[in-house]
Amino acid sequence: MSESIIKPEELAKKIDYEPPKKGWLDPSVEFKRGVYNYSGIPKNVEYLQLPNPRKWQPEDPDWQLPENWKEIILNGLKERLDKFRSLKIFMDICVRCGACSDKCHFFIGSGDPKNMPVLRAELLRSIYRNDFTAAGKVFGKFAGARELTIDVIKEWFYYFYQCTQCRRCSVFCPYGIDTAEVTILVRELLNLIGINIDWVITPVANCFRTGNHLGIQPHGFKDSIDFAVEDLESITGIKVDAPINKKGAEILFVVPSADYFGEPHYFTLLGYLALFHEIGLDYTWTTFASEGGNFGSFVSHDLMKSLNTKIYAEAKRLGVKYIIGGECGHMWRVLHQYMDTMNGPADFLEKPVSPITGTKFENANSTKMVHICEFTADLIKNNKIKIDKNRNDHRKVTFHDSCNPARAMGLIEEPRYVINNVCNYFYEMPENTIKEQTFCCGSGAGLGTDENLEMRLRGGFPRANAVKFVKEKYGVNFLGCICAIDKATLPPLMDYWVGGVEVGGVHELVGNALIMKSEKERTTDLRGDPLLTNESVKK
Amino acid sequence: MNILFSFFAVLIIILAVIIGVETAQLEFLFGVIIPYAAIATFILGIIYRILKWAKSPVPFRIPTVTGQEKSLSWIKSNKLDSPNSTLGVIGRMALEVLLFRSLFRNTKTQLKDGPALVYGSSKYLWLGALVFHWSFLIIVLRHFRYFAEPIPSFVIFLQNYDGLFQIGLPILYVTDVLILAALTFLFLRRITDPKLKYISLSSDYFPLFLIISIAVTGILMRYFAKVDIVSVKELAIGLFSFNPVIPNGIGIMFYIHLFLVSVLIAYFPFSKLLHMPGVFLSPTRNLANNSRMKRHINPWNKPVRIHTYEEYEDEFRDKMKAAGIPVEKE
Repeated sequence: MSESIIKPEELAKKIDYEPPKKGWLDPSVEFKRGVYNYSGIPKNVEYLQLPNPRKWQPEDPDWQLPENWKEIILNGLKERLDKFRSLKIFMDICVRCGACSDKCHFFIGSGDPKNMPVLRAELLRSIYRNDFTAAGKVFGKFAGARELTIDVIKEWFYYFYQCTQCRRCSVFCPYGIDTAEVTILVRELLNLIGINIDWVITPVANCFRTGNHLGIQPHGFKDSIDFAVEDLESITGIKVDAPINKKGAEILFVVPSADYFGEPHYFTLLGYLALFHEIGLDYTWTTFASEGGNFGSFVSHDLMKSLNTKIYAEAKRLGVKYIIGGECGHMWRVLHQYMDTMNGPADFLEKPVSPITGTKFENANSTKMVHICEFTADLIKNNKIKIDKNRNDHRKVTFHDSCNPARAMGLIEEPRYVINNVCNYFYEMPENTIKEQTFCCGSGAGLGTDENLEMRLRGGFPRANAVKFVKEKYGVNFLGCICAIDKATLPPLMDYWVGGVEVGGVHELVGNALIMKSEKERTTDLRGDPLLTNESVKK
Repeated sequence: MNILFSFFAVLIIILAVIIGVETAQLEFLFGVIIPYAAIATFILGIIYRILKWAKSPVPFRIPTVTGQEKSLSWIKSNKLDSPNSTLGVIGRMALEVLLFRSLFRNTKTQLKDGPALVYGSSKYLWLGALVFHWSFLIIVLRHFRYFAEPIPSFVIFLQNYDGLFQIGLPILYVTDVLILAALTFLFLRRITDPKLKYISLSSDYFPLFLIISIAVTGILMRYFAKVDIVSVKELAIGLFSFNPVIPNGIGIMFYIHLFLVSVLIAYFPFSKLLHMPGVFLSPTRNLANNSRMKRHINPWNKPVRIHTYEEYEDEFRDKMKAAGIPVEKE
């Protein structure tokens, strides 16, 4: 962690929710290290055939924009107003009631008034008024209109890359105005003139070419899975089968790439492998669609679609019946709300039915993709797996609802049901911080970089503070979640604000508790941490 | 600055009508022409807006889900906050439009020592908004006693209940008190909460001042600076039967009230007041959460550049074969 970051208590003390005296219409942004992301590298911008590849950084005075940048933006805005009713409505009907103002984790953690969702949207709305409405043209500043300038563009870059598209504000808005939608579209506009960030662009380029954000090639993918199979064998004594690109398998399994390349994601991977072996699932991994996540969705609808195509294409090529998706947040936003519309109809697949329990997943009848928590909850409900809950007794668990499974899908009870059935100790965080009101990890939508650490720690403050509450109250030491970005970014957040809390997936807990046929006696969990024995409990 | 601008704008409107009627004798302009023009602007403006919104498609099904999805049969789904059917959506919208469901969730975030974040319940905005909108609606409906002869029965019904407490003469309407209280609260909230003051534009204060002025002039007319009700009704019925007349001796207060109302309804289609029709078209609220069950169609579903499996295998075939991963072409 960067030594330049001040102590948590000091950071919290400096947060001031009182806005400055001066109004917000004059754009002004200071690019301070620690609160913004570096620009997309030209090679990958070019590879994706996006406009204006060049070397530049946000702190440069000259962003080397195309000469007609303003025309491009205004035309782009017009095109999007015509294509998205959401945008038109959201531009027209906000009454600035302020209900959203203190609902954003970035506002709560920074006190920067332009991080109030209402003002974030006003940054665009002010331009919309100026160029697309009569009132704005006549009354100008008095109607909250302002001219589009380079400084406005810089402000957009700053603040629309300080939104993780978590949609918490939209829950509280009386009209459902969704800042995520505005952010997605402003980022599209910025990309039209070559403004983007590398932590999004490079994964997208990787994914386009190799099938996953991390740029892992097929043999590397196989190595990772093989390695996990060996690891699992050393823990359980059982060598599981993990077929890759297997034609004719019943089910295709798609996960975020961090699951097979990152920690603590990896332990969730072990959980999947153990579970699928134990129930004898006929499934396959895929190297071509080796990414469930979709950083394309942080650039544009086009790139979201482009990357997402691979999942159905691969399901078709392999001839599977349907698809199961692993633990990931924005991945499920795309799968649940966009995939079928963009790349369907999936008429070459069958309506999903659990081969183990016979349960029909009717809620996925069209998209034909089932969430792993839905699948596992059904297994447990039908007593199809044997569980030793005590093996998770060293974990006092709380659950972080990842933004998109909660607010895009309503996947709320399934993971809780699974956790409650594999753990003895589960404690909820306060109600305003979970379920549909859950707080973001602060690093979603492509913002989880080291260079952006201060802003991430600020944005993650509300989540961390709620964990701290249950840690102090119940001794919680494990933060469960179902999102790859959570697993990557919550650990440093916990270290900074809370301490002594580990982060892991729900299927890691499942894997710990799962009793496998003819397994050896387990002495450690999937992480290699010793299990609590009767003796150690007595101590 | 924004407050003053809006305040003076409303003041000028009031002065304009006083001068117009008292000095320039423009009763016909303010009593007939402007109201007609305002109603026409309102109707055409709203139709134009709705058509303009409707012209843009809804490419994706993006409800903001605020409750448990319908998935496994034994998990109870939340039919209103995560509606799965049209009926559920209608229920969700009804709660939103009639009872301001989302505002009811409102909380207030406070940062305390520790540091500890606390989210207190904060229902004042919900209450203030609800009281204001419902009072406004009832008052508008009550006004039908002026537009129709005989007075419609629902108006009598509303009047009776609105005047339930039978205080004073003429009987005090509860909604008159409530709307003033709610408007005062909404205004004070805007200027006392620093965050709210920071985000407020002239276009937030202007309709607020306008509606306060309308309410105040209405109340003045009823209880204090009384006008000739018979003449007012004659004018109103004339307007509505397209047979306009200007009876003599209607007090100036009436013309001020009427002009303010005219300005409000003419301003409506160009302002944030569009939230009234707009909320019905909000895609995060008016769509069912059933996108995996029923395919949503995007009319402009755009073809995009893709990287096919064949291209992928061509690049990695040797490595795949070496690793023992099955390939299409040997």
